[in-house]
Amino acid sequence: MKNCGELRRKTLPDAPQTSQASPLVDDNETPDWTGLEAAGARPRSSVSLPNEVVSGVLPGIDYELVEEVAKELYIRALKELPPDVAEALRRALQRETHPTARTVLKTILKSIEISETNRMLICQDTGLPLYMVTAGGPWALDGCRLKAALAAGTRRATLEHPFRGSTAHPITRDNPQDNLGQGMPIIYWDFAPEQDYLEIVMVPKGSGSENMSAMEMFTPADGLGAIKRFVVDKVVCSGGNPCPPGIIGVGIGGSFDSVGLLAKKAIVRPVGRRNPDPMFAALEEELEDAINRSGIGPMGLGGDTTTLAVHIEWSYTHITQNPVAVNNQCWAARRARARLWPDGRVEYGF
Amino acid sequence: MNAITLSTPLSEGEVRALRVGEEVILEGLIYGMRDRTHIEIFQYGKEPPVSLAGYPVLHTAPSLRRVGEKWEKVIIGTTTSARMDRFAPALFEKYGVRAIIGKAGLSEVSLAAMQRFGACYLALTGGAAALETLQIEEVEAVYWPHLHPEALYAFRVRGFGPLIVAMDSHGASLYAQVRTAAQARLASILGQGADA
Ligand code: SF4
Repeated sequence: MKNCGELRRKTLPDAPQTSQASPLVDDNETPDWTGLEAAGARPRSSVSLPNEVVSGVLPGIDYELVEEVAKELYIRALKELPPDVAEALRRALQRETHPTARTVLKTILKSIEISETNRMLICQDTGLPLYMVTAGGPWALDGCRLKAALAAGTRRATLEHPFRGSTAHPITRDNPQDNLGQGMPIIYWDFAPEQDYLEIVMVPKGSGSENMSAMEMFTPADGLGAIKRFVVDKVVCSGGNPCPPGIIGVGIGGSFDSVGLLAKKAIVRPVGRRNPDPMFAALEEELEDAINRSGIGPMGLGGDTTTLAVHIEWSYTHITQNPVAVNNQCWAARRARARLWPDGRVEYGF
Repeated sequence: MNAITLSTPLSEGEVRALRVGEEVILEGLIYGMRDRTHIEIFQYGKEPPVSLAGYPVLHTAPSLRRVGEKWEKVIIGTTTSARMDRFAPALFEKYGVRAIIGKAGLSEVSLAAMQRFGACYLALTGGAAALETLQIEEVEAVYWPHLHPEALYAFRVRGFGPLIVAMDSHGASLYAQVRTAAQARLASILGQGADA
């Protein structure tokens, strides 16, 4: 440890003598809190936007409706496979030449049809409840109530439908049978100022595929080759466990925690949509091709179709790092989407 | 490919005749169990209240509804077999189980046991639970109900499948074949321009 410290002292340049203002902070835009803070006052009291005024002007949201939507989304996600996924499976059958793979794909398509006509769950695994929330602006949102409404919706879907409780304590394995428990449901928040609605996407992720997910910290010198090898190796080693052919979500960049979320966001993107960046779109195609040429096939029993799509989401990372994550998604790539408007309108989709 | 229809219980001869890649449809009774059920038998030493000899064991955790004395199916699917792999050889040897139905296969140890005791692994299409549920005509019995959804289930099936013979009693495994071929292919797939 002593050596590490010495090394760092030697290689780091001297700290700048004069402090420079961060380029992210525009002095003119920054509320003048500094004086108050120095005097011991809390910044909040100095902001001239009291909550009452905000909620009086900006549209609000009905949290009972959010609860209803959260419940409905969980049930919809478990019962209706997104049309883009079903279509990709049908196209895969058209191309598939391997006899066993054709049997498996036909069985999958038959089962999808049965679940549609009989309004049955697609798969018995009700997954971990996960909601991705994107708030448009400007809204008066009470995040705490929103969070509570998502949890209440999860519980109601489980008990009222009813379906299997899949959540468990990591040590005692206690199953509360309502798909809640500490940290459940998993919620990710995002904000999109250009959006005039609140969007909620529900992704009940099954464990067979989630267990076949992985992340690795590469170094810059490992290059693109290491990323490709890691992704393809992971899919090949997973064999039939993640119920292929599904979506391979890849996260590149960010940090230890954010790269996993990037990979998860990648499996939520509809099949057939490429990354808007041509470089990453080309990498998606290349990985798709490599994975399908591996011959692992549907359910790991051999064939031309191992994945329906590879999706990459990326972000900048640290100069010393190159984190990569693979989120494996099964053919039952379930997701359900709702948009809520301030006037109470709700639209459901995928 | 034409599927082979077999009625349970299966004889050793019927199972020994099966080869990897063949398709099977089952009729009759099959038993469902999962992690906890195996633990009950093998770690707590509880004898199953019924004879499993000749029957296939399905790796499952069903959603059922109790209506009076009967159990009605909600959804019944198949789970990853690897977690129960360690118990498979003993199921063949001690209890005469002739087939395991699951997803993604078992280990080489289990494959050797299939060879020795005349058993096989039948791959079910994972996730296709809606179809599977329809093919299970009736939940005939639930033994050790306090363990539900990890009890011991007797399912009466009709036209159950198609199941793929993925590991046979001659030492062949489709999973091993596919993986070996994939690894060989990968060397050339990723070899070209991988470091571009
Ligand atoms: S991996 Fe997906 S399709 Fe397979 S059993 Fe799990 S949830 Fe169902």
